[in-house]
Amino acid sequence: MPLRLEARPEPSRAMLWLSPVLAAVLAAAGGGLVFAALGYDPLLALRTLFIDPLATLDGLTELGLKATPLLLCAIGIAIAVQAGLWNIGAEGQLTMGAIAGGGIALAFGGGGHWWILPATLLAGAAGGAAWAAIPALLKTRFHAHEILTTLMLSYVAVQILGWLVHGPWIDPEGFNFPQSRMFEPDALLPVLVEGSRLHAGALLALLAVPLAWLLLARTAAGFRLRTIGLAPRAARYAGFPERGSVWFALCLSGALAGLAGVGEAAGPVGQLQPVMSPGYGFAGIIVAFLGRLQPFGILAAALLMALIYLGGEQLQVSMQLPLAATGTIQGMLLFFLLASDVFIDHRLVWMARRHA
Amino acid sequence: MPDGFVLLALLVATLRAAAPLLLAGFGELVAERSGVLNLGVEGMMLVGAAAGFIATVATGQVLLGLMVAALAGMLMALLFGLLTLTLGANQVACGLALTIFGTGLSALIGLPWQGTPIPGLASVIWPGLDAAGPVAQQLMLLDPLLGLALLLPVLVGFFLYRTRSGLILRAVGESHEVAHALGYGVLRVRYAAVLFGGAMAGLAGAYLSLVYTPMWTENMVAGRGWIALALVVFSAWKPVWLAIGALFFGFVTIAQFQAGALGLDVSPHLLSMLPYLATVVVLVLISRDETRRKLNAPAALGKPFTAAG
Repeated sequence: MPLRLEARPEPSRAMLWLSPVLAAVLAAAGGGLVFAALGYDPLLALRTLFIDPLATLDGLTELGLKATPLLLCAIGIAIAVQAGLWNIGAEGQLTMGAIAGGGIALAFGGGGHWWILPATLLAGAAGGAAWAAIPALLKTRFHAHEILTTLMLSYVAVQILGWLVHGPWIDPEGFNFPQSRMFEPDALLPVLVEGSRLHAGALLALLAVPLAWLLLARTAAGFRLRTIGLAPRAARYAGFPERGSVWFALCLSGALAGLAGVGEAAGPVGQLQPVMSPGYGFAGIIVAFLGRLQPFGILAAALLMALIYLGGEQLQVSMQLPLAATGTIQGMLLFFLLASDVFIDHRLVWMARRHA
Repeated sequence: MPDGFVLLALLVATLRAAAPLLLAGFGELVAERSGVLNLGVEGMMLVGAAAGFIATVATGQVLLGLMVAALAGMLMALLFGLLTLTLGANQVACGLALTIFGTGLSALIGLPWQGTPIPGLASVIWPGLDAAGPVAQQLMLLDPLLGLALLLPVLVGFFLYRTRSGLILRAVGESHEVAHALGYGVLRVRYAAVLFGGAMAGLAGAYLSLVYTPMWTENMVAGRGWIALALVVFSAWKPVWLAIGALFFGFVTIAQFQAGALGLDVSPHLLSMLPYLATVVVLVLISRDETRRKLNAPAALGKPFTAAG
């Protein structure tokens, strides 16, 4: 082969931030090919996917609505990854957050007290944190790898929600539909833009961005966490608390995902349903990497991913394209990102003819 | 009182539930023994299940469907190999990407075929299935793919411990530097192992969509790929224990259906948690002793290899 991969003397800063852009462009091109292969006009499909949703105020508020849970999940996942942990169960922690928050909303909603909404949100965060505390316990106490435990617990959380809305929490006047009662207005997040679904949860998510940045970049706790993730041996030598960092990173990660879940329940959904998220917890993994594990980068990545979700829905309505097309594009996005990330540390060189 | 027939039915059901775990698990075992951690089993199984189902419906040939499933799994594995082996990208991240991509792709290509019923593999091979007696019917549910799954522990065990190629594969998984210095093609061995894993995962998926519940539904693998991955850790990378683990999980899966038959009034949602909870419990039990796990794991697992020079 005339081309050869060669290690760069030092990682390329430019490539670090160019890579996500390149990946997005390649994923769009790949998506166009898939649409064409399925017999749709690729240019029209790409326009519907990426441009049309941005043209109206309605589209922009929906974009913010979808970016909210993605942002929260991805920041949590990124904090865990920075601590050297793979939390791939954000979907389950999101579900647990919806259940815990929903429980409070269903029990106390309608009482007219000021504390109902804050309690609902807090319960959501606590539910997500508690669900992530299980893998933390299993890892610190029994060395069980979090990548499998977080994911397995996701499946369990979804079944618990299914059991609740089919059984104990089913709406008695709901014609046996598997869903809870609608939350009372005092347990719902206020809407930000009149006539839209964009709710105050978006502000919480936005607030999480600078806070997470402060935590990671400007505090001793953040420094210890990143050191443990990057150089576990050095951290051990420095006496940084390894177990404490596992607990802290996973619980914080879970709390953010839980907040995303209760935000959906007390926001656009307004009740508990068997499925609370179209895979935001998994897409959050892609968003975290696309945003370079940095809170502000993640904000941009979350907006892009929200656009893919939103455009995907529009494709379904206007071109009858299956919603699953979104998942394919998401997968391609991560693949192209991982492939172009190789060129942060490497470069392609022409193989010089060897001298005899 | 449990009579012989009930026990036979239970045994057959357990074997059938264990088959996809055996197929996918042994594929992953071989890949991991060569030092490659592929977390994309779930995605490869889903694409195998969808592709195998479509090929079977389109051509009417189950055998062709199985071949397409294996091939689809291999193509997915090849994608993974290009990224992790040729480009040296992070194996954990690429495995996750493979699963996310496979979930989306299988849903997309399978959509037009969702809900199309097909005759299961058993009734294709044994045309007299419906007319046969109950005992014969149970025996006829043991199909050739299940036979392959049950033979895999022996075949893979023989390959790994009794052949020269198996020795080389294990050497590559323990120390790629040494294997490379001895003149073995590390990447070639790993590509072969990863592709074998893909083919087996594809067949495991096809077992679900063509044999176990002969139809395609979105996300029908339902975490079995992840359970197979957990089983490989559980087995401490030993074929015997992988076989035992897969059969145990087959039994757990069946137990959730039997609870209803036994008159236990438990929500199906709570019963569906059993395999996932069992995975967590099993994982905790075997991870407790960290030294033992580290001694057994292939030493080069997950580490990228680039030939220096």
